[in-house]
Amino acid sequence: MSALVVVAAGPGSSLQDTGRIGWLRHGVSRAGAFDRRYQAAANILVGNDPGLACVEMTLAGDSYRLDAESALVAFAGRFRLRIDGEDAAPFRAHLLHRGQTLSVGPAEGEVRGYLAIAGGFDLAPVLGSLSTHVRTGIGPLGGRALRAGERLPLHQARAPARPPLAIDPALLVRPPAALRVMLGPQDGHFTPEGIATLFGARFRVTADADRMGYRLAGPPIAHALGYNIVSDGIPPGAIQVPGDGQPILLGPDRQTTGGYPKIGCIIGPDLGLLAQASPGQELTFRQVGIEEATAAELAERRFIAGLAGRMRPAGAAGLDSGLLLEANLIDGVIDMNAPEWRGGNEEAGQ
Amino acid sequence: MQPVRFLDAGEQALVVEFGDGIDPALNAMVHAFDAALQEAAIPGLQETLPTYRSVLVHFDPATIDRAALSARLRELAGLAARGRFHPARRWLVPVAYGGAAGIDLDDVARALELSTAEVVRLHAGAEYVVYMLGFSPGVPYLGGLPQRLHLTRRAEPRLRTPARSVMIGGQQAAILPGEMPSGWHVLGRTPVHPFDLRRAEPFLFRPGDLLRFEPVSEAELARLEARTDWLAPVERLA
Repeated sequence: MSALVVVAAGPGSSLQDTGRIGWLRHGVSRAGAFDRRYQAAANILVGNDPGLACVEMTLAGDSYRLDAESALVAFAGRFRLRIDGEDAAPFRAHLLHRGQTLSVGPAEGEVRGYLAIAGGFDLAPVLGSLSTHVRTGIGPLGGRALRAGERLPLHQARAPARPPLAIDPALLVRPPAALRVMLGPQDGHFTPEGIATLFGARFRVTADADRMGYRLAGPPIAHALGYNIVSDGIPPGAIQVPGDGQPILLGPDRQTTGGYPKIGCIIGPDLGLLAQASPGQELTFRQVGIEEATAAELAERRFIAGLAGRMRPAGAAGLDSGLLLEANLIDGVIDMNAPEWRGGNEEAGQ
Repeated sequence: MQPVRFLDAGEQALVVEFGDGIDPALNAMVHAFDAALQEAAIPGLQETLPTYRSVLVHFDPATIDRAALSARLRELAGLAARGRFHPARRWLVPVAYGGAAGIDLDDVARALELSTAEVVRLHAGAEYVVYMLGFSPGVPYLGGLPQRLHLTRRAEPRLRTPARSVMIGGQQAAILPGEMPSGWHVLGRTPVHPFDLRRAEPFLFRPGDLLRFEPVSEAELARLEARTDWLAPVERLA
């Protein structure tokens, strides 16, 4: 059977789609791609639906050999990429032929990237999803991270007849910014000074940072009512603060329930920024209300739905500077509510 | 009873909190509300996570406006607080107590100044309710442990607690699906698999289920463990 064969796997590589919805009540984490914007870009480059399962790589990257007639692949992420030893560009589709080797990594300035293949992987969903939760062993391939020698079966034996697409990475860039946070559910467990610390101080990402959570180091956030609560559900992006006052930002592999108070939640569209934050980097937080948070989330969805319309035939000369100017990316400001970002390609709609 | 609170949990979730403790009446309200939510099938409501005293509600902000959702939830919470929760199932869970299956039974009896037979009688004599599932897939947090068996957790968590251990910790009881670290006291082992992906229903217990333990011999445990077609007895209620 046609397959992408894993020749070497980095420690943080696993299959991820948009996550496992509906099993939280049974203690099963949602998992899913950490950076959904890059995941969507990789998929759209090869003609897939934006949320199809990709290989998510973390810092190191993997290498693969194609055991199929041909395949269209794309990698979204700031990683080094080589095909049979020759440098190849990320953020564009490549045609691979039988026996060719694709090597990804290491990362160059960012943390996570996504490998998509046209048609996707022919694997049976586990509890409705191809996402992998390594800690509990739930997912395809026995719920494990990728390993050398593994064969990832493919739906398509040959590449679709379509010109390879590319996207200007500058269109996908999210300029470094304070992560936007909505207070709650347990902001009442903290002193006003504790809340002021969260929004006023700088926090450093420690080495203890993975898909489950990012431990930060900074001035302690002061509790008002102690640091134990009756265990309750952990929402996406939750910032929990244990007894030492050092916040933990919870990622897609977070445990379903926990007993530390959660001062706030990082809003959905900013989780991709977190996914690309590396140890040593400094993070700041900005408080937003429900209106701004909802508008930002809906704008991110429109942006992803509109990505298909931003693809160009690969190899077309030059950057699309007109688009860049239009998107106001040159000076590093993106107004996601600008008419520019609305609408987009209906085919890629969610 | 304190009023129901609605707490922010990001732009795609919110918490409906009925109180702040571990208490059967409070938890029954949680399950009544959760059951009402399942039944109401509100468009845009993705999934709910009922816990001891609150329900985490996940929704799609593109489908339902948060204010509209809150209004609907408030209405259902009011009904749930007045109504009663009727559990749908009661499980009978065989347990081989003590010996190699229940490595902490002697220590627990000593710490509580009871005989081991008395510990077993108390543990197997109570009816438990599945307060919530959490920590790891399929782990039921059980309420209803007799007060006489309340015992603080081990000072040093055990790094490898065997799969299918029947445990107590503090005022709670649980069954551990797979081998994992735990600071709880192991009283026995059951042939029941709370979580098995190969089964049509991978998760045996649902929040709100009732459960009783039935003492069996080590030989009976071995016999049931060897059978592949064996299913835990369940009584349909309501």
